[in-house]
Amino acid sequence: MKRFTCGELVEVITAYLDDALDQPSRAGIEVHLSCCEDCGHYVDQFRSTIRALGDQPPEKLSHGTRERLMSAFRSRRPA
Amino acid sequence: MGSFAGSTLPPDDIVVSALRAGDEAMFAALLDTWSRGMLRVARTYVSTDDSAEEVVQDTWLAVIGAIDGFEGRSSVKTWVYRILVNTAKKRSVRESRTLPWSALELDAGPTVDPSRFHGTDAALPGSWKESPAVWPTPESQALAAEVRGLIGEALAGLPPRQRIVITLRDVEGCTSEEVCEILEISAANQRVLLHRARAVVRGRLEDYFESVKQAE
Ligand SMILES: [Zn+2]
Repeated sequence: MKRFTCGELVEVITAYLDDALDQPSRAGIEVHLSCCEDCGHYVDQFRSTIRALGDQPPEKLSHGTRERLMSAFRSRRPA
Repeated sequence: MGSFAGSTLPPDDIVVSALRAGDEAMFAALLDTWSRGMLRVARTYVSTDDSAEEVVQDTWLAVIGAIDGFEGRSSVKTWVYRILVNTAKKRSVRESRTLPWSALELDAGPTVDPSRFHGTDAALPGSWKESPAVWPTPESQALAAEVRGLIGEALAGLPPRQRIVITLRDVEGCTSEEVCEILEISAANQRVLLHRARAVVRGRLEDYFESVKQAE
């Protein structure tokens, strides 16, 4: 198992969340998180950030552009 | 939420043969499902909403013209997004707003201020001096709207490569594999850019929640 300081752990959270760490590192992170409340808070902040990023207001094509594209598609229709 | 998350589009082979057969409902479904994310990505390359919309329009026109030649070497979504990125890049050159995509960005160094951790002479070197705060859940509409606006600003201020990766991954919900294929970057590179971008946005939220707490 690999050991992490708090300062090292904060740099591999994305790799940890993406399940991109090797087994010894992954185990090291899990052990660290099981006994370090501070890093737990930091990881929670990271997860909240990711969740909030997925909540951006939706974008939309203008009606005119959508219509133009639909008619462009229609006119390619195979004869 | 991410444009692809709730997507109920059929498998690629069905999509492709429907498009080739001129199935308007299928084209409309793709248009409505993917254009949202495409507009957001286009905006990371060009300066105005109008240009972004034109980039998306030109992308779809290119897709319409090329669907018969699509070889299926990537997923349809990745293929469309790659056309988008290339179209947007060309457009940004024309606007003389060339993004320093290949220029050096600060991709190295710690994402958390090292002074927040104890030094080597401490009992627990590298441990937090002060515990990171527990954030409130933005339950109220007003708080949620403020957070949304703040994140929009934070995204706009990111270096271009970080901005496009975090937009594809976290705002639009693409997988890391999709992002690597669309941008033609390695998984490791993608992860570094994403992590740095997330850390910046987290920092902005931290400042915000700190200021809210102090105002109370
Ligand atoms: Zn820790």
